[in-house]
Formats: sequence, structure tokens, C-alpha cells
Amino acid sequence: MLSILLIVAKRLGWMALTLWVVFTISWILMRSVPGGPYSSEKSVPPEIQRNIEARYKLDQPLHVQYLDHLWHTVQLDFGQSFRIKDFTVNEVIAQGFPVSASLGIFAITFALTLGMTAGVVSAVQRNTVYDVGFMALATLGIAVPNFVLAGLAIILFVFQLEWLPAAGWGSPRHILLPAICLGAPYAAYIARLTRAGMLEVLNLDYVRTAYAKGLTPRTVIVKHALRGAMLPVVTYLGPATAGILAGSLVIERIFSISGLGSHFIEAATQRDYTLAMGMVLVYTFLLYGLNSLVDLSYAIIDPRVKLE
Amino acid sequence: MPEPAANDTAATSAARAARYEALLGEAAKVKGVSLWLDAWRRLRKNRAAMVSLGFLILLATLSLLTPAIPLQSPQFFILDRARQFQPPGLAPVELQLSQADVQTFEQKMAELSAQAAAASGEEREKLQAEIAGRRRDHPYNRLWTAPGPLARQLIRLRLALFGNWCIPSICGTDELGRDVLSRIFWGSRVSLVVGIVATLVSLAIGVTFGAISGYAGGWVDAAMMRVVDVMYSIPFIFIVIFLITILSEQSIKDKLDKWGIDQITLFYLVIGAFYWLTMARVVRGQVMSLKHEQFVDAARTIGAGTGRIVFRHLVPNVLGIVIVYLTLTIPSVMLFEAFLSFLGLGVQPPDVSWGLLVNEGIRVITPIRTYWWLVLFPGLALALTLFALNFLGDGLRDALDPRMKNR
Repeated sequence: MLSILLIVAKRLGWMALTLWVVFTISWILMRSVPGGPYSSEKSVPPEIQRNIEARYKLDQPLHVQYLDHLWHTVQLDFGQSFRIKDFTVNEVIAQGFPVSASLGIFAITFALTLGMTAGVVSAVQRNTVYDVGFMALATLGIAVPNFVLAGLAIILFVFQLEWLPAAGWGSPRHILLPAICLGAPYAAYIARLTRAGMLEVLNLDYVRTAYAKGLTPRTVIVKHALRGAMLPVVTYLGPATAGILAGSLVIERIFSISGLGSHFIEAATQRDYTLAMGMVLVYTFLLYGLNSLVDLSYAIIDPRVKLE
Repeated sequence: MPEPAANDTAATSAARAARYEALLGEAAKVKGVSLWLDAWRRLRKNRAAMVSLGFLILLATLSLLTPAIPLQSPQFFILDRARQFQPPGLAPVELQLSQADVQTFEQKMAELSAQAAAASGEEREKLQAEIAGRRRDHPYNRLWTAPGPLARQLIRLRLALFGNWCIPSICGTDELGRDVLSRIFWGSRVSLVVGIVATLVSLAIGVTFGAISGYAGGWVDAAMMRVVDVMYSIPFIFIVIFLITILSEQSIKDKLDKWGIDQITLFYLVIGAFYWLTMARVVRGQVMSLKHEQFVDAARTIGAGTGRIVFRHLVPNVLGIVIVYLTLTIPSVMLFEAFLSFLGLGVQPPDVSWGLLVNEGIRVITPIRTYWWLVLFPGLALALTLFALNFLGDGLRDALDPRMKNR
């Protein structure tokens, strides 16, 4: 137990370092805009301009500004948005986060369910029509970029067949198409990983033993083989989360969902520096936290793995 | 009896010589199989990889020769409502340009420059200014986006070969009546070049970093790898978007223009600067396992310096794995370019790239009419290329795997 606490503490330390590096890079980038991002040349409304000047101590030397900004950030105060009047960055994030989180969770659930089912079926029914069909689909799914998939899916399901609404948010019908388009490439990858893992495990002694003692094929596959075959999938969850976070940028934009992703792209195209910087920090935190969780769960599933 | 004995020995030695000769001949027939030949043999057996390789070579050739292919103009020049949003069809289209136009224009230019050469002083300067001004009105510039010297020659070739004939709009037309097929071909030039150049940038950084780190070892290695670790956990897509946002600020753009760095060059550098991490790790691992081999000691004994050992002896030996990662990096870089162009942060019009084309297609989707061809064809081009590159990369990885040798 103590060792796990130690590992968590170490992870948190590395996370703090990473966040600090990201903060510093972003701050330097932001300050390297000629005249600084806080200068008035970009016609910031005067009330925001006054707030900014007071807030960022623009009359102080650079290192004081840096430390001050860092201190505010450590207290999780990301400051005012440049473009959205009367909104702090924190408020924008708080508004977008639940939307993006539910989209992401739906997408990863979809990817896991479909991917693992397809992988298990392909491995068990090796070299049958199912296997070839699923694997062909999976190869296709990996190569087709999610925004192409989303475009085609909108044309087909929304406008030709009229099964689903085009955009909007709030009901399961709204979340279905974006979540599928976001999760599809990862479902494809997970299917391939599960298949390879299952094929390896199905030949091992313990699976034969399970069959020998008379368990039904279903029990052997679901309870015994799948657990061993899941390890590569769990490892892949780290990169998959990163990919889904990034993919939500385009998916949210295509389906006009106002989550973190669309706010970030808006901030980037509108040059809303404080908002963009806050978002980058939030994304770094999410990515690092989720990756650490994946690593921890990996150690719990497979007792052979020792965390460093 | 020395005679027969001598004869005997002569006979046996002749026989032995003959036997050795036969052996030598046999040995000469057995060719040593180099790593590359062996890998090539194995790759050739992999049908998916070979089809992919063929497709990629075809694609590269076609995109190189795009100006010479009888395509319609990728540019918007006359808004013709009848040409807007045409579904794929076979209606004949003619290029609105003839060789006669080009000839008259070029004759005029030749006359003007002859006059300029003959004139002197102010008159000459005036004429030269006129020539420079007129050059912009070249008929080519009306139909193509600033073609370079090579592209001009290819366009000339195309006009000579095919005249006004164009491939009909078999992929439809977009909202400005531009031919989608033609734009896909012109876009392939940008997409492929971004993919290749950005990958080469990442290659240069990754191999140097990895080789130095692996060869140096000790605390240098530890420090360099910690840097890679920290960078791995940075969500670089967001940083790149942030960076591009800042770099596209007008005043910074002007400053960069002064140094001759335009948007696309910047793009290569930025993407390359973030994609080298995996390459660095892989190269480091290989170098670490190679640096205690005898050939490195041998090089050191004859006085080779560290730099020479690393870049002349170690790096060529990790080439195989580097090539595999190269083939696998190109598709992810291309995808990233498409992703950014799709968001409007990458390639800017009038340049075209596949990501931009898909974006244009998705933007004009309306409930009233769907222009499926605007999304499908560019998307297909992108997907097929990524597909082929991934297959080729996997095939190369299997082929270059030393455990598969002589199988």
C-alpha cells in the first residue's frame, strides 16, 4: 500500500513538472507576441483591457509578471477571456468540460465494446467470414480520418436517411453520431489488439486446462482467455484517450457541440490567448492524469507488472 | 621410385586444385545475401505491401506530373452558375486557354524585352517595369496558382499533347465550379510534400538526439531521456495549435516573411519539431546495443572521433529501423496536416490540400442538398494514401526484422 502511495506521489511530482514546463512554454510564446498579448492593438474592449492591465501587473518587470501569473495559475485561476465578455477562462472551461467529458466517455465506451467484441469474435472464429470481414473493417477504420468519417456519416444518416439530428446537444440521439465517429478509429485498433491477444492466449496451457475441466466455451473465453488478452488493450487506452481528446477538436466542430474542443479551436483562431493557454493546461492535466490511471490499473490487472 | 611418386603427387595436387576450383566456383555462384536484398525478397512476397508500394509510386509520379495531366483548372476564374456543384458526370469540358493565346502573349513579351534591350536609361526602366507588370497577366496565372518554372514547362507539354481537351468532371465540381478531381491532384502535391518534408525534419532531429543520447550514456543520456519523457506527456497537438495561432499573428508573420519563411515552411518545422520523440527512443535503444560491438572498437582504435563513430558507423547500422519508422511517421504527419488544415490552421487558400478539401466539402453540407462527392473523393484520396503507407510500413517492419532472416 505504501509503495502505491509512493508511486502516486512520484507521478504527481512529474505531473507538476510537466504542467510547469507547459505553462512556461505557453507563457513565453504568449509574451513573444509583439507588444505582448495584452496590448490594445487587437481592439480588446476597454473594460477588459483595464482589467487585464490591473490583473497582470504590466508595469512590473517581466520576472515579477511571470511569477505572478504562475501563482494565479497554481491557484487554478486562469484569468479573463479575451474574446468572450464577462467570462473568466474558468467559467468557459466549467461550461465545456461536462459536454466534452460525456462525449469522450461515450466514445471510449463505444470503442471498447465494439472493438473487444469484434476482436474476440474474429479470434474465436478464425479465418471465417466474420474474421475477414471484421478485420477488413478494422483496417479501413484505422485509415479513414475521423473528420472524413463524420462528414460521410452526416450526409448518410442525417440527410439521406434522416435517422438522426444534425447538430445540437442534450439527448442521447444527439450524442450517438459524434461519439461513434470519434470512437471508430479506436474501436478498429482495439479490435486488432484484442484479436492478436486472444490468438496468443487461446493456445496457452491454462486455457486448455479450463477446457479440460469441462467449462463451457463461453466461460473459458469470457472469464479466462479474455482477461489475459486484455493487457495490450489496457496499454492502448493511454494513447487512445490522448487521441480521443484531440479528435474531439474536429468532431465537436463538425457537429457544433460547444465543448472544450470547440472552445479551444475558437480561442486559437480568435487569438484568445488566456483561454487557449488555460485549455492547454487543462488538456495536459487530463492527459497526464488519465495516463497515470491507465498505468495503475495495468499493475492491478497484471500482478507481474511492477511499477517503477 | 621417385618418378611415379612425383607423378602421383602431381596428379593428386592437380586433382586437389581442380576440386578447390570447383569449390570456389560453387562459392562464387552462392551470392552473399545483403540485409537489403534479403529484406526486399521478403517484402516482395508480401502482396499487400507490394500493392501499397505500387500505389504510392504511382501517386508520387502522378502528383509530380500533375501540370502535364489534362485536368481542368483548379482555380476559380469565371463564376459560371451552371458549373456550380455539378455531380460527377462525363460532360465534356474545354480548357479556356489555347496555345494560340499563349503564343501571342509570349510574342508580345519577347517584343517588349527586345525593345527594353534596345532602349536605354529611363525608357528602359519603364519598359522593364511594364514587362514585370505584364508577366503577372500570363495566361497560365489565370488558370493555375503561381506555377513554378518546372510546372510551366509541364503545362506547356500538356497543351502541346492534349490541346484544350480536359478530363470531364468525373468527381464533380465545388461551390465555385472548380473541378474536384483537378483540386485533388493539385492538393496531393501539398499533402505529400508536407508529409515527406516534415518527416525528414523529425528524422534529422530524432536520429541526432537518439544517437547522441545512446552513445553518450551516463547522466547525459539520463537527462536527455527525461526531456523526451516530459515532452511525451505534453499534448503537443494543443501546443502546436497554440504555436500556430501565435505565429500567424500579422506582425510575426511579416517578420518571418522577411527571413523567407512562409506558412508552409513554418508548418514543416513545427510538425517536425514535435514528431521526433519515438524516433529518438528507437534510435537510442539500437545505438546502445550496438556501441559495444567490435566494429566500433575497431573504428576507435584507428583513431575515429566520437562524431565520426556515431554518424558514420552507428547511424548507418540503425537505418533499417529508421526507415520503418519513417514510413509509419509519414501517414501520421499527413493526417496531422489534414487535421490542422481541416480546422483552418494549416495550409491556407489558394493552396489546396486534402484536409482543406474535406473541410470545404463539410462546410457546404446543407439539409436541402448534400454534395457527397465533395467529401467522398478527397476523403478517399487521403484514406487510400494513409492505408498504403501503413501497409508498407508494416510490411517493411516484417521484412527488415533480422529474426526473419532467410525465411
